[in-house]
Amino acid sequence: MSRLLEILFGRLPIGWLQLTHSRTRFAAALAGVAFANVLVFVQLGIMNSMATATLRPYSFLQADIMISASDSNALSDGGNVARQWMLQAMARPDVTAGMGLFLANVNWQRAATTVGLTTFGIDPAQPGFLSPDIAARIGPLQVQMAGLLDRLSRGLPREEAAGIRPQSPLSFETSGKTLTLYDTFAGGGGFGGDGYMMVSDQTFLALFPARQSAAPDHILLQLRPGADPEKVSLELRDLISDKTLRIRSFAQAAQDDLSYQQTRRPTGVIFGFGVIIGVLVGIVIVYQVLSTDVADHMREYATFKAMGYGQGFFLGIVLEEALILGLFGFIPGAIVATGMLTLMGKLTTLPLAMTPAMIIAVFAGTLVFSMVSGAIATRRLAGADPADLF
Amino acid sequence: MAPDDAPLWTSELNHWFGVGEARKQALFDVSLSIARGSLTVLVGPSGSGKTTLLTLLGCLREVQAGSVVLLGHELHGAPPALSTALRRRLGFIFQAHNLHESLTAMQNVLMGLQVKGRVDKAVAGRAATHALGLLGLSDRMDYLPANLSGGQKQRVAVARALVGNPDVVLADEPTAALDRESGANVVDLLKRLGQVRGTTTVMVTHDNRILDLADRILTLEDGRIVGDRQR
Repeated sequence: MSRLLEILFGRLPIGWLQLTHSRTRFAAALAGVAFANVLVFVQLGIMNSMATATLRPYSFLQADIMISASDSNALSDGGNVARQWMLQAMARPDVTAGMGLFLANVNWQRAATTVGLTTFGIDPAQPGFLSPDIAARIGPLQVQMAGLLDRLSRGLPREEAAGIRPQSPLSFETSGKTLTLYDTFAGGGGFGGDGYMMVSDQTFLALFPARQSAAPDHILLQLRPGADPEKVSLELRDLISDKTLRIRSFAQAAQDDLSYQQTRRPTGVIFGFGVIIGVLVGIVIVYQVLSTDVADHMREYATFKAMGYGQGFFLGIVLEEALILGLFGFIPGAIVATGMLTLMGKLTTLPLAMTPAMIIAVFAGTLVFSMVSGAIATRRLAGADPADLF
Repeated sequence: MAPDDAPLWTSELNHWFGVGEARKQALFDVSLSIARGSLTVLVGPSGSGKTTLLTLLGCLREVQAGSVVLLGHELHGAPPALSTALRRRLGFIFQAHNLHESLTAMQNVLMGLQVKGRVDKAVAGRAATHALGLLGLSDRMDYLPANLSGGQKQRVAVARALVGNPDVVLADEPTAALDRESGANVVDLLKRLGQVRGTTTVMVTHDNRILDLADRILTLEDGRIVGDRQR
């Protein structure tokens, strides 16, 4: 390593030699950087998980425009929308289809646990509004009190979910009614529920008698090929007399939901701060290590100053140390964080995983915060006065 | 006006430490000219200004009043970059060895060469090996300072100061940590460098053995040169 760095820097790798001179201290410093990395990785992992979980239900649907109530910040938030606006919107030549989307939570009381299912009430006669995987399975939803279950729901054994087929349906009681599951689709647990379920709008209204068919949670619209959802959304805002409605492209609605979850919901804000705290901890640890190292070698640095080494040389040493700490601290940090995220994912069934984007972002961030710490630590070099050596 | 052949020259050099009422003058109108290749020894009681003079000659302090000309360059008002560049042409030997604890003897000596810019690795290695060999440390080149005796460390420090063929060597009690034989070898080496390469040495010492070998002995008292004995 020493030889490699010597070739790389074109000089003795003093930073490396200094850091590795005391192996215990070096290991402690790396552990500190790794700890900061683990903090950032875990927080980012949870934030990513939140993003995946937030956007997942949007992937079940296919639409160009979504009309929601004014207080609807997320798919499962907000009031209802009058179906009449769907009919009015469909008067536009660009709008080819519309569907009311109903949403509510259904609790499936099982032997030991309760599985909370975010339930979508959809029109089974309009499979075009569903992802191809789900659309291919909605035939049984024509039957009253039939449902499709998210086979990756939290608290549902995989073998049991695998056994749910049209020829071997599974029934359960909820709100005093019997619901029969005929097939499954792939979803997964999120922060707001354990999984998902698809039922017909009629079944949904039967499960929730207080709800009305004229007031779905959202209205989904599909446009003719080539039509611009943003442009049509603007036209619809002019057309529809209820100016409080949120009329957005479906993609924009998904992004707004994500932004709301990450920046305005307490969980998102907490995890966001977690990342910031991780970065600050990293900066403080690297600064502390480098600052102590500079202080410990003040006489040597003063000697080098006397010999004619310039400020750039000392800056190079400290930044070399910062890079080494960042690089070598990142590796164990990434390994430990991968293990932790995998374990947490298994325990919570949240989509927690290490992603290449996270690795690249945290690696780059680690190098940057190490360099920032190094740059701050070089201020102590001013204290190395060669005149004091005599 | 500084003579062209004097690597070190001072005129009416004054220096103070502290500010306000605590301000104390350490040097008073020191004027001297040191010949190329000579071995000059500064003697005097503690606090007489020897070390202050040495640091001013070595661009380690800013010249406050008077003139110091080092290797043809006026140091009064010199920009830091010039001082740094000039220091690369000097060799410093401190009373304490000040070796870098993480570097081997060989690497510490190489630091004396590396400061001059990119030097061919093989050439630098040969020069460092030669310097360590001259000081009797051929078998200690790969040792860390922690594994060397006090005298050996000091000899490594001497090798580090001399490996770059400095024009001027400034030394502060360089033989204090050395035994009689090693001390004599170091001074003999400095003398030979003066004769062969024209290296000028200015040394602060109380070692009478060195006084006998010096070309010139300057005595300082209370910041003034009170004795100048040429030999």
